[in-house]
Amino acid sequence: MKRSELAGPALAKPVLDRSALLDVQDISRLYGPGKGCESIDFRLHAGEVLGIVGESGSGKSTLLRVLAGLETPDAGRVIYHTNDGELDLYAISEARRRALLRLEWGLVHQNPRDGLRMGVSAGANVGERLMALGERHYGNLRAAGQDWMTQVELDAGRIDDAPLTFSGGMQQRLQIARTLVTRPRLVFMDEPTGGLDVSVQARLLDMIRTLVRQLGLSVVLVTHDLAVARLLSHRLLVMRRGQVVEAGLTDQILDDPQHAYTQLLVSSVLTP
Amino acid sequence: MNGYNFAYLDEQTKRMIRRALLKAVAIPGYQVPFGGREMPMPYGWGTGGMQLTASILGGDDVLKVIDQGADDTTNAVSIRAFFERVAGVETTTATAAADVIQTRHRIPETPLEHDQILVFQVPIPEPLRFIEPSEQETRLMHALEEYGVMHVKLYEDIARYGHIATTYAYPVKVDGRYVMDPSPIPKFDNPKLDMSAALMLFGAGREKRLYAIPPYTRVESLDFEDHPFEIQQWDEHCALCGSDHSFLDEVITDDAGNRLFICSDTDYCLTRRGEVA
Amino acid sequence: MNALVNVKNLHKSFVLHGQGGVALEVMQSLSLELHAGECLVLAGRSGIGKSTLLKMLYGNYRVSGGSITLNFHDGALELSDLPVHAWHPLRREVIGYVSQFLRVVPRVSACEVVMEPLLARGTDAAEARARAETLLARLNLPQRLWRLPPGTFSGGEQQRVNIARGFIAEHPILLLDEPTASLDATNRAVVIELISEAKARGAALLGIFHDADVRERVADRLLPLDDHLIAKTTFSPEAHS
Repeated sequence: MKRSELAGPALAKPVLDRSALLDVQDISRLYGPGKGCESIDFRLHAGEVLGIVGESGSGKSTLLRVLAGLETPDAGRVIYHTNDGELDLYAISEARRRALLRLEWGLVHQNPRDGLRMGVSAGANVGERLMALGERHYGNLRAAGQDWMTQVELDAGRIDDAPLTFSGGMQQRLQIARTLVTRPRLVFMDEPTGGLDVSVQARLLDMIRTLVRQLGLSVVLVTHDLAVARLLSHRLLVMRRGQVVEAGLTDQILDDPQHAYTQLLVSSVLTP
Repeated sequence: MNGYNFAYLDEQTKRMIRRALLKAVAIPGYQVPFGGREMPMPYGWGTGGMQLTASILGGDDVLKVIDQGADDTTNAVSIRAFFERVAGVETTTATAAADVIQTRHRIPETPLEHDQILVFQVPIPEPLRFIEPSEQETRLMHALEEYGVMHVKLYEDIARYGHIATTYAYPVKVDGRYVMDPSPIPKFDNPKLDMSAALMLFGAGREKRLYAIPPYTRVESLDFEDHPFEIQQWDEHCALCGSDHSFLDEVITDDAGNRLFICSDTDYCLTRRGEVA
Repeated sequence: MNALVNVKNLHKSFVLHGQGGVALEVMQSLSLELHAGECLVLAGRSGIGKSTLLKMLYGNYRVSGGSITLNFHDGALELSDLPVHAWHPLRREVIGYVSQFLRVVPRVSACEVVMEPLLARGTDAAEARARAETLLARLNLPQRLWRLPPGTFSGGEQQRVNIARGFIAEHPILLLDEPTASLDATNRAVVIELISEAKARGAALLGIFHDADVRERVADRLLPLDDHLIAKTTFSPEAHS
């Protein structure tokens, strides 16, 4: 047996801790028994993509709305860690919360029509958050619009076309550009590939992966599609009847599910 | 006139409107709701402006009414006649002689003085309405100064036409705070809002909102750094008075397509011709 | 000298709720040491739990009992109860894994698949591309395939993309699950070279190789897994995932 003397330089322990970005503490929002979400606790770290999976009606979209500042919880707190300290999402003023949602956070809706202004041009859609930030130079807005359309693989030559003239996949990419233009730290995505053809989905998923890595985004992603969850998320929460039944590393949840419901969910997926 | 209170509205209604006006003056550009009354004419003919005029008019005030700058159009003549009858006040067409001027679409060319009041008839008081249909949401946007969308509209203009093509109801920011629709005056008149000596009152009858610009208030027209606000300009002079600095209307004079340009402010034009002649 | 990886009394069972909660014991009391600069090869019949062990080391499977400890020069790290968020940086920096099958991401080119572990570390894209192309060339993947997504590649071509992806980031610990299974002799030889180079730079490798020839050429030690490790052996965990 050869015990190696070739061993390289001593190996230092890697830095595994990441700073917390969002602390979700005992959040409940119930419309009725088992309808909504109940007693949700987790921490999102900077640069993490967290997937929330479960069937429709499991409460994942309600949870996302509460996290994204759109729906006040019945109980619990959402704490956002900024460079200057902690913000309690539902304790700060509405003005502060809306400014946060508009500038530091982003929300990508399943239906791009909910996230875009369909009547104004693609360029105006991309530029809106910048204008809200106070950008008052048309040329700069235009350049940013062209740059972001290129980044999401849209033809920058169509900057003056209305989103109505775009396909569903193109609209979704435009919505993402519109959201990312202010370089948010945290993005919420609700079934971002939901209504799209499979071939269009693949392209969008790859684009989202690349943008997440390049921009160092933290993402909370709601999806019922385990393949999408596997591709995009580092960690998963599995929800059922308003509660988290299992949480962990994405690979581990999908390869070695512990909870009866997760096992059922994973084994129910059709693989071609 | 028998059977009617002075200036048509009862005194309680006038007080209610004056209280709302005081609030509007105290918060320049802010839309104050008021309990609008039915006036003996349809909405869209200046019922908002008339209620404001009725509430501020005194027995010895002199009233001028213009529509598109002219004293002699149907709407202007009717409203003037209405107040002559229900208030018995003196009326005039001379801008300088008026204490209260009710207007639709124009600000007189003759600079207003600090003892004059201009009352605007407003169709749609909410400048954010074009992009946000919900009243609850637009109020919140005003409260939180979320005005980014106003520039979306201007951006769209430049993208489509190469310049800001909005020429009427051009949005302004009042005293650095509220974004306001100056009613459908041409943007040519926007600079007259800024630091005006006269009090400006705005009334929307259908929407039951009023707002105000107190004298000597900063009023900026929204724009982009690289597409600054500009007013309309004409190559022509007024065919009647020769003015090269007033707002001109284009008038078709015959079936052959001949046309000429004349001042939209009839009193201004007449005065100049009197002076010139 | 301390082992880089110390596995003690490792235990794994699967509880299948769909089948009335039956518990399948797939591993009991497995212990091993893995040192920097060596390649330890797991041996034993199919279904004995070799892949299960790799998956536990990589975090895909939970640890039911026992410990997995990584000994860094400035301290130890226990993997059996590692916080979830720590796994990704650990995989990015320390533990690499070459699985038997490539998980194809639609639309992503072979070259980009290979570059990804470097990009995740923040390596400059041009440098990552150059290193990926060097590896793909060494593994004799035809250049015309580099820009194509590997979804339509043959098994052997996909396997080579997978190997390049596994070796490109030069992880200090590498787990190899039958990396040579669908390769011809030429490319098997390249993989053997890659393993030797990894050992030479001090990496610790733990692998499964069916091919006896490869096994002999790369293994510093063999660790035979046998049935006494496992109480009930009727279960194949692969069928589960």
